[in-house]
Amino acid sequence: MTYPETYRFTKEHEWVHVEGSEATVGITDHAQHELGDIVFVDLPKVGSAVTKGQTFASVESVKAVSDIYSPINGEVAVINDLLQQTPEKLNEDPHGAAWLIKVKLDGAPELNELMQAADYQKYIGAE
Amino acid sequence: MSLAVSELRRTPLCDIHCQMNGKMVEFGGWHMPVQYAGVLREHHAVRTGVGLFDVSHMGEIEVIGPDAEQLVNFVSTNNAARLKIGQAQYSALLYEHGGFVDDILVHKVSDTHFFICVNASNQWKDNEHIELMKLKGGFQADVVFSSERYAQIAVQGPKALQTAQKLTSTDLSSIRYYWFRDGEFAGVPARIARTGYTGEDGFEVYVEPEAAGTVWNALLQAGAEYEIEPCGLGARNTLRLEAKMALYGHEITATINPFEADLAWIVKMDKGNFVGRDALEKSSRSGITRKLVGFEMRGRGIGRDGYEVLIDGLPAGWVTSGGPSPTTNSNIGLCYLPVEHAHPGVPIQVLVRNAPVDAVTVATPFYKREK
Repeated sequence: MTYPETYRFTKEHEWVHVEGSEATVGITDHAQHELGDIVFVDLPKVGSAVTKGQTFASVESVKAVSDIYSPINGEVAVINDLLQQTPEKLNEDPHGAAWLIKVKLDGAPELNELMQAADYQKYIGAE
Repeated sequence: MSLAVSELRRTPLCDIHCQMNGKMVEFGGWHMPVQYAGVLREHHAVRTGVGLFDVSHMGEIEVIGPDAEQLVNFVSTNNAARLKIGQAQYSALLYEHGGFVDDILVHKVSDTHFFICVNASNQWKDNEHIELMKLKGGFQADVVFSSERYAQIAVQGPKALQTAQKLTSTDLSSIRYYWFRDGEFAGVPARIARTGYTGEDGFEVYVEPEAAGTVWNALLQAGAEYEIEPCGLGARNTLRLEAKMALYGHEITATINPFEADLAWIVKMDKGNFVGRDALEKSSRSGITRKLVGFEMRGRGIGRDGYEVLIDGLPAGWVTSGGPSPTTNSNIGLCYLPVEHAHPGVPIQVLVRNAPVDAVTVATPFYKREK
């Protein structure tokens, strides 16, 4: 699994991809692997606010529930309907088709604190 | 409290788990695989083919001597006097107040020798309890803590018989469910019991720890043609939950009695005195107030261990075990509810992360294999 150069990564294993005033948020391949078989994804409502560092969704594997934290501030523009019916897609394509939400950004995102792909891969290697 | 990995107890198969890329976790003080290829895949392998489990963390206690049967019968709820040699029985150790010390499997090896399989994290407590009750009752029997002498490997699933049969001259098909036989298995002395914790047919094989690796590898090879999967604790839990088998610390605890846990069938009140009997007598006279019942989620959400259960919006009980059921493709669980509501067909809500989600009580087990 590749970690796209254009994504930025959190220590809690979310990724964010900013394109203009919109950002796509998901969880990393490392995260899905650690969670195991994903059976349920609980996403926020379109129009709700997400706040940097605050939980906005939860992902459940057979064994456990994990909170997902937002790397950015903004408003939920789109949620990924694919995950409502087929949560297992998150195990298959976490950096692609199985993104979680698209966010309309509230101002310029602070991406400096987030890791680049190479740093994140070092980080999970050491974890 | 979390222990450093170096402080965790290891089974004789620990190195093999790591070599085979088992995902290791801490479980009750043990360093154990939670999964190999994935919980769902392992779960389905056991339901449709065969799966292999290291359950060497489980404890073994032997009661040996002229009063062995009397002592076992005094400390346990089921009637050990009904056992024939070579037969096994699900039973429980209780405190005087009627709560569980543990749930156990009693095997009758001879008229003066009983072999008891107990839960990993309870083994020292159980041993002490049985020892104490022995002194209390003045029984002539030795209580021998034998956990270090045994590794235990479970081979479970519709193809378990064919898999295991390749490794022994003992006719396994002639061992009935909840019976066992001593013989040779993969070239080493073994106690072969037709028991399990998955709701499937299968065997639990007790061997000396030094032989565990040999037996494990032999079973993997023997099961290859049936696509045997090594399984972790994750699948063990989803399998036992579907079969509604109790887990200590969840369905059964020191403050729950067997009637509440829907385990009246392992309590033989007419067998004579036993530890906890007076309390159960009282409980049975006054009637229990809460009881274990199954549920199935109706709304979007999964009821998990410890979640609160509501009836008509008011707190009514708690989930003891809950999660997805890979076989039935629904989200299931067990919960304690006031006894008047503890029957199938009652609408309930499970409080999933502060949001009530609709569920309904259902009949159990959630899964029963075709015989």
